[in-house]
Formats: sequence, structure tokens, C-alpha cells
Amino acid sequence: MIIRLLVLVAIVLFFSLALRKRSIVPGRMQSLAEMGLDLVRVNIAEDLLGKKDGRRFLPLLTTIFFMVLIMNITGIVPLLNIAGTSVIGVPLLLAVIAYVTFIYAGVKKHPGAFFKNSLFPPGVPLPLYLIVTPIEFVSTFILRPVTLTLRLLMNMIVGHLLLVLFFLATSFFFFQADGLFKFFGIGTFAFGIVFTLFEILVAVLQAYVFTLLTTVYIQLALADEH
Amino acid sequence: MDTTTVAALSGNIATIGYGLAAIGPAIGVGIVVGKTIESVARQPELQGRLTVLMYIGIAFTEALAFIGIATYFIFTAGQ
Repeated sequence: MIIRLLVLVAIVLFFSLALRKRSIVPGRMQSLAEMGLDLVRVNIAEDLLGKKDGRRFLPLLTTIFFMVLIMNITGIVPLLNIAGTSVIGVPLLLAVIAYVTFIYAGVKKHPGAFFKNSLFPPGVPLPLYLIVTPIEFVSTFILRPVTLTLRLLMNMIVGHLLLVLFFLATSFFFFQADGLFKFFGIGTFAFGIVFTLFEILVAVLQAYVFTLLTTVYIQLALADEH
Repeated sequence: MDTTTVAALSGNIATIGYGLAAIGPAIGVGIVVGKTIESVARQPELQGRLTVLMYIGIAFTEALAFIGIATYFIFTAGQ
């Protein structure tokens, strides 16, 4: 709980400090903030949704990206050491928001036809709907939020478990094992460091993937029927 | 003749379950990334789009592995 409050304060502080004095030639803080904002806007929203729809959903996507990113990063910040997203509530909330958003986008774009199109995709021979409709229902309306939640949550839990294992093993080898076993500690410590770096990659990647999948779901909901 | 125990194993067979569950996603992610590399080698100018598609593909594939981890928590939750 404290970590998530800290994250909130950190995000607000970072963006207000970085974008307080905006200049044409950005300073270091500003260019860092702009890099992140640009990634969401250009590479995710406008690339997949197009200029007009991209603008509509940009605030939501930006919020999801930065919230997930900073909460993931706390998993490797010393003294915090646990990711804000490694409790099921946070990914679940974000997944529910994404779920509501893509259904809203679909219903708004194709009033009345969205559920029909997603449950009964056109161009399928009539008897096959017996198989296709349950599969589409499960994959679109049940598995999407579940996998969004589980992917983020399990990535963070597993990362945390791996780091705990490596550093516990290091502590055991250094302080309790005897003889030559102490040398194993060097190996586990090195792997702990390497996996800490790997966790940074995972944190950024998971934030990217979560935002990307939300965008893809919105894009699929907005797509015209064939 | 008595039956003699040559070797004994104790513990829970479920501990190897995740190892089995990881095989499929591992192969899947390997295929996705390998094919992307192959495609980029053929069409380097499409790299941007292919990378995005690769991440989407990886995300769908690795979800299975994470469901595998989650089953442990699901099945031990009631005990």
C-alpha cells in the first residue's frame, strides 16, 4: 500500500518537475519524459489505432503504461524491493478497466452489432457456429481480462521469487556453508545482479505489452465488420 | 521373496508440473521469435511492424506459462 502511494507521488513529482519548464530544446528530464510519452503516443496509440482514435484513447493508454511501468520498477528499487503490481488487485483493476474500455469502444462504434459480430463472426458456415461461438465467447470475454491480469501479476511474482532465491542462496553460501561451498556464493550473487538487470527489462516490457494488448483489444473492437 | 525397495522418492509429483507446463510456451516463444528474425532478414524494412507483432505473439504464448504458475496458487488456496 505504501509502495503504491509512493509510486503515485513519484509519478506526479516526476512529470510536474520534468514538464514544468517546457522548452523547445528539451533538458534531460524533459526529454526522458517526452521519450516515454512519445513511445505510447506514436508507437502504440497512433500506430495501431490511427490518428483520430489514437487521440481518443491516449490518456487511458498513457496512464496504464506509466502506472504499470513505475509500479514494476519498484520491484528492483533497493529498500522497496517488491513490485507494486505483485498484488492481484492492481493488475485486476487495470484489466477490468481495459475490458470495460474495449467493450465500450466496440458498442459505441457498432451499436447493437458489436456483440453479434464478436460472438457470431460473419462468413462462417451455419453449423460451425456451434463450435465457433463458445470459443469466441471464452476467448474474447473471459480469457482476455484473465490473461491480462495473470501475465502481469505472475511476471512480477516470479521475478521477485527469483531474486529472493538468488540472494537467499548467496547469504546461505557465504555465512552458513563451509569449505569450498562458499565459492558458490559468488556465482549466485552474480546471477542475482544479472537478474536484477533482467527485471528492469521485464518491467519495461510488461508495461509495454499491457498497453499494447489493451490497444489491440480496442483496435479489434473498433474494426469494421468484414 | 520379500519386496525390497531399491530407491524411494518422497515429495509431491506436482513440483515437476510447472516444468512440464513450461515446455509448450517455451517452444511457442522460440518459434515466434525465430520466425520474426527470419522475416526481418528477408524484409528489413518491415522490422518495426514485425517487432510489434512479435511482442503480441509472445504475450499470447507466454500467458500459458503464467497460467501454469497460477494453478499452484489456485489449487493450494483452499487448503
